[in-house]
Amino acid sequence: MSMREDIWASLRGYLALAVLFGGVYSLFVLGVGQLFFHHTANGSLVTYQGRVAGSSEIGQQFTGPQWFWGRPSATVSSTSGKPQPYNADNSGGTNYGPTNPALIQEIKGNMALYKGIPPSRIPPDLVESSASGLDPDISPAAALIQVPRVAAARHVSQAALRALIAAHTRQPWLGLYGAPRVNVLELNLALASGGS
Amino acid sequence: MTAMGVLGILIYLVVLFALAVPMGRYIYNALEGRLHWLGPLEGWILRIIGPAAKREQTWRQYWRSFILFNLLCMLITYAVLRLDTYLPLSQGVGLHLVPQGPHLAFNTAASFTTNTNWQNYSGETLTYLAQEFLMVLQFVSPALGLVIAIVFFRALVGRRDTLGNFYADLVRALVYIFLPVAAAAAVLLLALGLPDTFAGPAIVHTLQGAVQQIDRGPVAAFEAIKQLGTNGGGFFNANSAHPFENPNPVSNILAILLMSFLSTALVFTFGFYAKNRRQAVVLAGVTAALYMAGIAIVYLALVNGNPLIHQALGLSAKSMEGREVRNGTAGTALFVSATTAYTTGAVNAWHDSLPPLAGGLPLLFMMLNTVFGGKGAGMLNILMFAIITVFVAGLMVGRTPEFLGKKIERKEITLATVAMLVHPIIILAPTAFALVHRVGTSSILNSGFHGLTEVIYAFTSGAANNGSAFAGLGTNTPFYNVSIGLVMLVGRYLSMAAMMAMAGSLAAKRIVPASAGTLATDSWSFAWVYLFVTLIVGALTFFPALALGPIAEHLVMMGGAVK
Repeated sequence: MSMREDIWASLRGYLALAVLFGGVYSLFVLGVGQLFFHHTANGSLVTYQGRVAGSSEIGQQFTGPQWFWGRPSATVSSTSGKPQPYNADNSGGTNYGPTNPALIQEIKGNMALYKGIPPSRIPPDLVESSASGLDPDISPAAALIQVPRVAAARHVSQAALRALIAAHTRQPWLGLYGAPRVNVLELNLALASGGS
Repeated sequence: MTAMGVLGILIYLVVLFALAVPMGRYIYNALEGRLHWLGPLEGWILRIIGPAAKREQTWRQYWRSFILFNLLCMLITYAVLRLDTYLPLSQGVGLHLVPQGPHLAFNTAASFTTNTNWQNYSGETLTYLAQEFLMVLQFVSPALGLVIAIVFFRALVGRRDTLGNFYADLVRALVYIFLPVAAAAAVLLLALGLPDTFAGPAIVHTLQGAVQQIDRGPVAAFEAIKQLGTNGGGFFNANSAHPFENPNPVSNILAILLMSFLSTALVFTFGFYAKNRRQAVVLAGVTAALYMAGIAIVYLALVNGNPLIHQALGLSAKSMEGREVRNGTAGTALFVSATTAYTTGAVNAWHDSLPPLAGGLPLLFMMLNTVFGGKGAGMLNILMFAIITVFVAGLMVGRTPEFLGKKIERKEITLATVAMLVHPIIILAPTAFALVHRVGTSSILNSGFHGLTEVIYAFTSGAANNGSAFAGLGTNTPFYNVSIGLVMLVGRYLSMAAMMAMAGSLAAKRIVPASAGTLATDSWSFAWVYLFVTLIVGALTFFPALALGPIAEHLVMMGGAVK
């Protein structure tokens, strides 16, 4: 087989495979998703008062006292590079190493939001940045610790909020895989539409 | 460490091996042309390729077709990355597209062609078109690794002049293995909530009244082959930590299973070629032991957490920095271990932020490069170390070494040594340079011992064709783009070339019938020697670097010193 023949065979082979995988396979998965899993295939978008309010799989920023807050997010603007928490156009974390003094400073800064709570009671996930910067979940403990603040801001009973958190807590799959978690956006949506 | 966490890991291992054995037979049947259920598709592609797909090839002819095909893949991908914003379908994943310059596009093209999937760009800045072309390579590159391993198997088990046809092997691997498994996995991932759309980003108004741009894309299709092909290149920057790529604990364990089962199966495929199931069990057993030891170390390191945080701030030592809540501690530990053992390179947590031993063990796995490894490439490394073990054991008992009845002589040992030495040289030499020159050190984010780990991790990941990163290191610079790009290419093709030449030499030899003096390579005593040869040759080479990097940092962290 000549070199020339080999090159043409490679080129034809590549093109056929590109059509198969880039075309047929892609369209097959797209079709199955759009036909049978329409909601999640388009990003699990949720609406509130008639407007698309976010994706239940993607965290968003909450800073008001009447909301449950999610994890610290280290994402930055895609254009200016300045901090822009929960930027779903530029996922990422701090990448601070475990012995980097900047890590301690960052966590200390985040802990300032939870003044009055003894540090040993603050769940680490609430003050340490997530990997994606878009983590939609917090641990149940991280939700429970915010109950007094949210209850005071909304004038609702703490017991009602604790029940709401319990109802929104997801357990590990089969008890084996993953960690107990509360989806912050879903919890806040339930709060908002509960009229409180 | 919880009982449920440990149980979950054990169940995963049982499922992995239960799937790997029948899959090993399936791969054997597929590559030997015994499967026909997708015959029309196979025939269509072979007809397009033409008569070149019909001739039997010697190892040299096979290697030439292989290299030409790889070169072509790389050139086309490079061109698409440079031109994608001018081509049709230039819808972006995000709204802010960043066209790739020459050295970045070189790095990306080399990365996806060599099954590395190191990424010096963020997926959010690409077009859907570029992502589709990268996905094509995510199918092709693992199949390319697999066929080279298959050629080596054929050379070991009989006396023959030709070793098969490159095009026919490639098409069989893709049509019968990667396509159906990826399609099934993609449907499962869709059911688990992964998006798959070409509709562009969603603009939403958050509950607090802010505007959030949520990037989307054909994630399910991409994710299935990203894991199955031990590629690891994320659709988004945060890779499998991104909730769209890995939304829940079920998708997490499925990803781990997908990335591990074909490479594990390949050990058993080897057993079917060698008609020696015991040989496969011995090699798989010793490798599985290494894998499990690694998982245990990462898991313990994560449970131990970061005592510095506790001492400085009074928080629990359980570190959540750079991790996602939904994955859990066991799910993170297992992912970290699997992605580096199998050289996938996907990450569901930032390895840079993990406790030093949890970040150091992945480094060790990539340095060994024999803990099952990537498709084909890992199996070739296992066999290379098996041949070196046979040689060392042969010296000890004073006999001509044989492996599966093939005499291991000077030529084989020379080639095995070349294949073996490539890895440490292309890791340690560029690391040494990067650590003494400003072009290397100016990219380091975390200073001290950790900074050294960042640099050596980058070159190890490139050399092992892994693709995971200590991502604090800013590697989108001309120096790192070009040097890591070259390391990926040399790491893949030079050692493969040596193994192919060895295949040519072995294929020409007759099988010597086993006698009383033959060293049994399918025994557990051989497994022990193999284990120690791997650890001494593979790990000791790197021990000084490991001692100065993760081990030193671990001691600093446990000693409570932070300045």
